[in-house]
Amino acid sequence: MTLTHSSADSARGRPRGTSRQSRAGVAFVAGYTLLLLAFGVLPTCYAIYFAFTDAGGTFTGFSNFVTTAQDFRFVDSLGHVALYLVFWLLSLVVFVVVLALLLHRLSAGPVSQALRFLYYIPGALAGAASVLVWLFMLDPTVSPVSSLLETLGFHTFGEVIAPGNLALLFTIIAFWTGAGGWIVVMYGALNNIPKDVMEAARIDGANGWQTAWRVQIPMLRKWIVYMVILAFAGGAQLFVEPQLLSLASTGVAGRDYSLNQLTYDFAFQMNNINGAAAVSVELLVVSLSVAGVFVARSGFFDAD
Amino acid sequence: MSVYRPSVARETGTSRRRAALLAGCAATVLFTMTACGGGGTGGTTNKDGFAQAAQNDGAFTVWVDATRMDAAKLYKASHPGVKMDIVSYDGDANGSNYLQTKVQLFNRTGKGWPDVVFSSQNNEASWAVDAGFAAPLNKGLIPQATLGGFAKGANDVCTVDGTLYCLRNDLSQAVLWYNAPLLKKFGYAVPTTWEEYQALGEKVAKEHPGYLVGDAGDSFTPEIYLWASKCGANHITGPKAVSVNTTSEACTKMAKLLDVLIKNKSMSITGVFSTDFAKNKADKVLLMPGPAWYGGAVFKDGLKTPAKQIAVAPIPQWQGDSSPSTGNVGGGTWLLSKHSAHIKAATDFLKWVTTDNAYQGEKAPGFPAYAPAAENWLKAQAASGYYASDLTALKDASSQVWSEWGSGQFSQEAIWAATVKPGLTQGKTIESLLPAWQDSIVKYAKSNGYKVSQ
Repeated sequence: MTLTHSSADSARGRPRGTSRQSRAGVAFVAGYTLLLLAFGVLPTCYAIYFAFTDAGGTFTGFSNFVTTAQDFRFVDSLGHVALYLVFWLLSLVVFVVVLALLLHRLSAGPVSQALRFLYYIPGALAGAASVLVWLFMLDPTVSPVSSLLETLGFHTFGEVIAPGNLALLFTIIAFWTGAGGWIVVMYGALNNIPKDVMEAARIDGANGWQTAWRVQIPMLRKWIVYMVILAFAGGAQLFVEPQLLSLASTGVAGRDYSLNQLTYDFAFQMNNINGAAAVSVELLVVSLSVAGVFVARSGFFDAD
Repeated sequence: MSVYRPSVARETGTSRRRAALLAGCAATVLFTMTACGGGGTGGTTNKDGFAQAAQNDGAFTVWVDATRMDAAKLYKASHPGVKMDIVSYDGDANGSNYLQTKVQLFNRTGKGWPDVVFSSQNNEASWAVDAGFAAPLNKGLIPQATLGGFAKGANDVCTVDGTLYCLRNDLSQAVLWYNAPLLKKFGYAVPTTWEEYQALGEKVAKEHPGYLVGDAGDSFTPEIYLWASKCGANHITGPKAVSVNTTSEACTKMAKLLDVLIKNKSMSITGVFSTDFAKNKADKVLLMPGPAWYGGAVFKDGLKTPAKQIAVAPIPQWQGDSSPSTGNVGGGTWLLSKHSAHIKAATDFLKWVTTDNAYQGEKAPGFPAYAPAAENWLKAQAASGYYASDLTALKDASSQVWSEWGSGQFSQEAIWAATVKPGLTQGKTIESLLPAWQDSIVKYAKSNGYKVSQ
């Protein structure tokens, strides 16, 4: 009697819960799906169509890809973006993880909260606005840190933006804007590490460094991979920083620096929408491939 | 060992997702083909040299930059019956390329073109004709008597294969600006040849270090010095043809002159619009070759030079050169859209804004390209009391702009800025950078579809 009753209750409860959860999930995802289709999937199909046709709509195979790759700026911009990505991804992984770990060691005190807020706030500036802030920071004549720039040997804006400095400058700008959010994310991920695992490590005699290196960082791996995937995609699409720097320096630095700027130039300066679409598709393929590699090699979707 | 078997529901889900994706792609392709089709709507009439859309009495749209907003507002105020919408945009300043970007988009959507638009650039005709945007103006829209009133060569930048596609708003001919009281105090005479100019620069470096006889740090530096010197770096010989020779005698001579003055620091390389120049060099300008708009934009408004100091003289010439020449930096243009449904009203505005004395002679900040208005403009400038001399040199220079430096689709200023300026900053000489400059111009020209001869 008791057993029967219990079983009956359980059977009745489960279907109702499952059904409600399913409907709620669909409702939540629906909005995102619509936006994804409208602004992600359809434009991608549109771009793929353009990439393989000419202005008259005739299928042209890989002609657009070949033509754009032959532009004298293509290889240079490829190199620029590659170098920038190295700087950007390395600085992001190293500094974000280190800062998050340091934050976590501060426990839940007010200092930690204040620092989290401080790290997060630069990201509140929209992309273009943060770049403009940095253009002021980097001009020795008007910068609040002009003495630092002078110490480093920069006396004019022209010296600061010398071609060899650009990858590092764009990294600094992007880091300042984007790293704060990731630090907060990593801090949250660190909070998800079970306390018993941490206690076990301490019981086994691990010090702070060993705990970080052997326990916390390995357990952060998926989050780090996630960060790298998104940062790679964002970094490959570098545009705002060099474009605004180009305008601020009246063309001295940053023009034609990135693949996305080249895409923009093909589309609107040269009226070659098809060539622009081809380069965009290349960027998409590279970003998806890199994401795929990272997901596969890191076991990103494996259940713990 | 457990084997994962996809359920029927999952298979159905996958099929549904695939179907949705295909439907999305199909819809995209359909939409794309429709967009590409983009047939003309309504009938057209061939008149004044182009196919005109059906006309109506609605308001025409004019796009202007902040500086030209005064012109549009003045027209609206003085022509109460005219229906016009005024839109502010950046005027394509600083190489923003906004107008071309928008026109390409309007061409795709088949609507949205402004009826009249001002640009601060003078190379818009290089793309606006191929883009099917600019209407021909000398095939009936603007009377020949009016067109004949523009300064010699003013509308060359608007002319493609003999057809005129825009009207010049102002000229930016280069002259020699100087500080008259300072020159007198130091006991120097205004140089009339480049040789004298160089000698004066060397003397200034010795006797009054820190004072400047010029600046070579802006992206338009070659348009002042090298254009005036008749350097053949940018000779546009056809709609898509250019002759490039940056290492000719005329180029090399001027490069050497600049290098001497840069080295002895009587010529700065920071650029007159840099924060550094305004902060540290504003009161050190003794001489300054520069375009017509330097008087107002640089000295009066930018550097805040007090009144009765700045005077203007003809740009120097090389000794023995019998045909005076000067360069040009900017000078905006007005274009009329061939898609306009209000051509009469738009044309009336276009003619007024480029020729009428109420704006060009009295309010315009730049030297009018229309000669009768320029006469009045010069009188108004003289009457303003700001300058220490008459401005005859500006008028004379307006017909001396060397005709073999063109306005191609690729930006010469951007090329100089990216190729030569960083080298200057690193301490290289302009002469040593001339081959790289040549190479860069050739690459950009070819990339933009130009046939290049060297």
